[in-house]
Amino acid sequence: MTGWRAFLQPHRIFLMALFAGLILWCALSLRWDWLPEYAPLALEGLWRTIWILVVTVVLGFALAVPLGLAQAIGPWYLSAPAKAFCTVIRGTPLLLQIWLLYYGLGSLFPQFPWIRGSELWPYLRQAWPYAVLALTLSYAGYEGEVMRGAFASVNKGQLEAARAFGMPRRTIFRRIWLPQAIRNVLPTLGGETILQLKATPLVATITVIEIYSVSSRVRSDTFIVYEPLLLLALVYMIIAGIIALAFKKIEDRVPDRPRRG
Amino acid sequence: MTAQTRQTDAPAPAETAILVEDLHKSFGTLEVLKGVSLSARKGDVVAIIGGSGSGKSTLLRCINFLETPTSGRIVVAGEEIAMRADGSPANRRQIERIRTRLGMVFQAFNLWTHRTLLENVIEVPVYVLKTPRAEAISRARVLLDRVGLADKADTFPAFLSGGQQQRAAIARALAVDPSVMLFDEPTSALDPELVGEVLTVIRDLAAEGRTMLLVTHEMKFAREVANHVVYLFEGQIEEQGPPDQLFGAPKSARLKQFLQTVG
Repeated sequence: MTGWRAFLQPHRIFLMALFAGLILWCALSLRWDWLPEYAPLALEGLWRTIWILVVTVVLGFALAVPLGLAQAIGPWYLSAPAKAFCTVIRGTPLLLQIWLLYYGLGSLFPQFPWIRGSELWPYLRQAWPYAVLALTLSYAGYEGEVMRGAFASVNKGQLEAARAFGMPRRTIFRRIWLPQAIRNVLPTLGGETILQLKATPLVATITVIEIYSVSSRVRSDTFIVYEPLLLLALVYMIIAGIIALAFKKIEDRVPDRPRRG
Repeated sequence: MTAQTRQTDAPAPAETAILVEDLHKSFGTLEVLKGVSLSARKGDVVAIIGGSGSGKSTLLRCINFLETPTSGRIVVAGEEIAMRADGSPANRRQIERIRTRLGMVFQAFNLWTHRTLLENVIEVPVYVLKTPRAEAISRARVLLDRVGLADKADTFPAFLSGGQQQRAAIARALAVDPSVMLFDEPTSALDPELVGEVLTVIRDLAAEGRTMLLVTHEMKFAREVANHVVYLFEGQIEEQGPPDQLFGAPKSARLKQFLQTVG
């Protein structure tokens, strides 16, 4: 690696010093005395943000694969509903979708006694299932469209080689088509996952306590505005950085073309 | 190694490896194959030559049903492929099974780009033929060594030259221990200086008695390595026979002209 040398160039040293100074100034001259009191709640919120992100990305992607496949090669009665779903999801604000599910669906359920009496009721009366559902559908809608292009973009020769060697269709899909499709859109998926992270604060509007709503709580309790928001920005940046790094790692594991340098 | 010595090496009562009878193939209203019949015994190397658009690649691709024939009969290693009246395969399982007996090498290599060379070579044995992984790997290493790529086993295809990729593709085809190898213009996408290394590998395979169908533009190579040459013209066999006869004393005026133009 030529890594460390690169950091020793004058303009980089200057920028790093500037950044360190900024951090130091933030730490010394801003108010952080609220932190110990709210740290447990913040950790709880952070944890909720992370698991909501992971669960909705995983479930959403699991839905996106059939949605993309249906649009890429499905018969009209599969591709048309898939396309309609993606269009509606992508054409309406996520906030609206969350509210429609929570205030609409969520207020419909209690009217049916058999739902109120069901095993699921303890969950259905909480807010987070609606948050998870809305974010999952949203991710599925966007990624369904991405996967449609991804499936179509896989080189036909790759699939032909698989057929020529007698691979059954399921094996071709599992071993060749799907991995190559995902590989082709990994950079896009990484970006979309970061967008999904930044969409999670919306669930605070339906009373789910995640990291953003903790910062609101601090503000309304203590009238301290900027410090919690700055810390919140830092937290999101760190998570986004980790996502970007993770996707980069996966990309590097399967190089499809020689890298420069 | 010449075609003559190859023939004497072949087992005396050779069984039929591939039989194609009256094969027709149309794309829409365009008839690309107009009744082609062809047979190859075990150990034969059949070169298929012809101008572009003569249907030689289509013929090869019909044999393993990458293209669905319009009508005709295809028998691979004694097993006739069941076809419906419109030529489509009647039994997908049968096609898949027969395809595993036909190692195909493509013009564009078509190595799976998301897997290393070793993974490419073990893919079909492990995930289609259900060979134990360890066994498949040790066999794959032998094959990669044979085509001179032992040190590239863990490299991804994108990092290799065309010649290396095509040699790896040949190793992948060999990994299923095919009854017949199908070569679809294996050197046409290569830079001139890389053609030789691929031809050397194919030559070795011919020498060890592999049954091969070889669509090629390399006339010199076809003459040297094949024991039977088929000249296709506009979807029909214009002339066929031993290489010395076809290249040395062609009867058909079209073949004469073709040989003059390709040099």
